[in-house]
Amino acid sequence: MPKPLTITLPSDREIAITREFEAPRALVFDCWTIPALIRRWLGPSDWTMTTCEFDASVGGKWRFVSRGPDGFEMAHGGTITELTRPELIKSTELYDMDWTGGETINSNRFTELAPNRTLSVLTVLYSSKQARDGARATRMAEGLEMGFQQLDRLVGSPPDY
Amino acid sequence: MQTTAQLDLTFAALADPTRRAILARLAEGEATVNELVEPFNISQPAISRHLKVLEAAGLVSRGKDAQRRPVRIEAQPMAEAVGWLEAYRRFWEQSYDRLDTLLAEIQSLTPKSGGKN
Repeated sequence: MPKPLTITLPSDREIAITREFEAPRALVFDCWTIPALIRRWLGPSDWTMTTCEFDASVGGKWRFVSRGPDGFEMAHGGTITELTRPELIKSTELYDMDWTGGETINSNRFTELAPNRTLSVLTVLYSSKQARDGARATRMAEGLEMGFQQLDRLVGSPPDY
Repeated sequence: MQTTAQLDLTFAALADPTRRAILARLAEGEATVNELVEPFNISQPAISRHLKVLEAAGLVSRGKDAQRRPVRIEAQPMAEAVGWLEAYRRFWEQSYDRLDTLLAEIQSLTPKSGGKN
């Protein structure tokens, strides 16, 4: 079984998402660059991609629009700045509703660990620490309720003092 | 909501496995420093140093009882840190689980020449 996903903060401006896949590197790369494949997996399972464009060339544009179960739409896109099959995809990313702290530079590096095992390290570089922390606050707000539910289970009711 | 500086303290405090283990122990209920020394098999000064970091991050507080000064977990900073990471993690875990399924499906459709499916 692949190791679980890890999320780290390698620097003040970065978030890194690391995961292994049981597949050849070129196939994992293709799943990131071919729209018919991208739309099959990117996003939570109860979201639908209504637009999925990815012009897999340096200078090419990409654009994804996703619709949530409550009808909420989220759109983002950018420009591909580096593309080396099957090892690197580098692009800019900006959300239409810019609550995430501005444009980021996303690098996804694929490493062959074995013929059928691929490591993906996706690094999201924000323009500043403030921008990343803005995104962090948004993500935090989304997850807050879930976090509290987990914590409620973990700690029970707080002790009285 | 915590400030960025407080969140940085929270993440730094959570980065250490011993401190996470102390928090896991405190999640079961408050404890004195002596009670924390036993299961962790490290010195009392070392435990106290970890507790200072956790306290600075707002993750634990010390009781007023001058004799025992029991340590307890503080719910809110923990929930905020866990909440943010969990939301990010949830998005990528769900996506990558779906990618696993897709990769397996594609590989089953294109068996390697002469190899097993």
